[in-house]
Amino acid sequence: MADYSAMEMMICSAARELEDGSTVGVGTGAPCAAAMLAQKTGSPNLTIMFEAGGIAPLLPEMPISVGDSRTTWKAVMASGMCEIMETACRGMLDYTFLGGAQIDMYGNLNSTRIGDDHQKPKVRFPGSGGANDFGSFAWRMMVMTPQDAKRFVERVSYITTPGWLEGGNSRAKSGLPLNAGPYKIITNMAVMDFEPESKRMRIISINHGYSEKDVLDNCGFELLKAPKISETSPPADEELRILRDEVDPLKLVIGR
Amino acid sequence: MEVLEQGIGKLFTDPDADKAREFFRKKSRRMENKLMTLKDAIAKYVHDGDYLAIGGFGAIRTPIAACHEIVRQGRKKLAFCGHTSTHDFQILAAGKCFNRVDIAYIIGLEARGLSAVARKYMESGEVEVTEWTNYCLSARMKAAAMGVSFVPIRNIMGTDTFKYSGAKKIKCPFTGQYYVLMPALYPDVSVIHVHEADIYGNSRIRGITISDLDLARASKHLIITAERIVSTETFRNEPTYTSIPFYLADAVCEVPFGSYPGNMPYEYFSDEEHLREWLHTEKDAEAFEQFLEENIYSCETHFDYIRKNGGIEKMWKLRAKELMVNNDTE
Repeated sequence: MADYSAMEMMICSAARELEDGSTVGVGTGAPCAAAMLAQKTGSPNLTIMFEAGGIAPLLPEMPISVGDSRTTWKAVMASGMCEIMETACRGMLDYTFLGGAQIDMYGNLNSTRIGDDHQKPKVRFPGSGGANDFGSFAWRMMVMTPQDAKRFVERVSYITTPGWLEGGNSRAKSGLPLNAGPYKIITNMAVMDFEPESKRMRIISINHGYSEKDVLDNCGFELLKAPKISETSPPADEELRILRDEVDPLKLVIGR
Repeated sequence: MEVLEQGIGKLFTDPDADKAREFFRKKSRRMENKLMTLKDAIAKYVHDGDYLAIGGFGAIRTPIAACHEIVRQGRKKLAFCGHTSTHDFQILAAGKCFNRVDIAYIIGLEARGLSAVARKYMESGEVEVTEWTNYCLSARMKAAAMGVSFVPIRNIMGTDTFKYSGAKKIKCPFTGQYYVLMPALYPDVSVIHVHEADIYGNSRIRGITISDLDLARASKHLIITAERIVSTETFRNEPTYTSIPFYLADAVCEVPFGSYPGNMPYEYFSDEEHLREWLHTEKDAEAFEQFLEENIYSCETHFDYIRKNGGIEKMWKLRAKELMVNNDTE
């Protein structure tokens, strides 16, 4: 078996989730690498969109900002924020990848603050940016993140971006667009989805080199288990070659 | 329409569309020469206590020269629109220019890391904040540009982002679906950096427009900084490509490399080395004070700043990087 890092594993897993012919809203870093890898492997007709306005660029290298010139390199359109978010709200954005300082059992994300005093927080993070927008509108929201009990908490201290909110049908009742929400959580240890009724996070596959105990020990809440838990398919040699040679030759993401 | 829920965040501007109309009624529509120095434009149109919005996004086409000038002139108590505001936010936070912020994205410089100074300022309790998202702020500008006091959108419901926002939730009278209403955002003054402008303020933007087309229309006063001043014939020959018509602009300033050290699409890429220097120097208060003295306070114009950071040779390299050509002859 090929030698690969946890980051490479996550990127390859994520890339396989992106169906050919679909659209994905991405940020910088690992999500962008996953989308680029998908285009060069199983999903050549994947359309990448950036929140600042770039549509379907032929990304020559990793962008530094979700609006920098690389996000419109040989793109079909250089648009704006409303164009992208309205497209997503209309129901034409299939996937997005988001992240945060905390994630809970319903896939809610915190990227705003730690501490209860909103006007004087203990730790202030950047805030939503376009995350709440993509997380509200994209049919399938995914998260790629290293897993530990500090990040995977029972309840996030602040919901910046909606997951399944309180679980069950609470998201539908909130008024957010129906049938959209968290889909897969891809970590260095496992891949999780959400149990269809309770909308609680559950393990569906475990990455090579990790045990079920590792996954449970590194999560701050009780993870459900799918009826059958498999081993996550490791990256193929060809995927690794493309990722290393074509997607991220400068190791901006896979070097982390 | 009954309000079902509302955020507890304060509105820092008045969304009243008739009051805005009264303001715009008196705004000049004359096609007159609005060229002035950036120093004069900031002195004339940016006042202590104003609500300020900055065009561009995440160090792309952001009017950095104008941000330096605002800090240099010591503006205080501004309210600020943090719509993926990265290096511009870092600069204005270093000058403690604002004490109220509508937040979508602040403090961070995206993949580059977080600004220690901006973070400390936002954790100090000195700054009043209301939460939004990028699209919320875009929609608020769009409402103002439309001349209406709100627009309905479908994000943030059920989250703390809604709770700490100034939005209101209602039920659609047609369908019974829920919506959040975004109050119109009419900034007192905005600065937008463009590729080309004429002396009247007609402007062209190349590449992504982000929210700037709406921002230009929503703003009570608009300062245009341009890479180049071109003839009005340029616009009259190809009116399709005009992004901003003259009557929106109050001042036009020619500021070549005005987005440096940020990225100006088709002109120059960001100076990552210098942005790293900003982030690094911020960690030492004394060194950072000297850094600000060197790079902002002791500079008369943006040219001085550029001269201190590699001058025309650096600009030439950033241009090659932007266009992805190799100009390395060594």
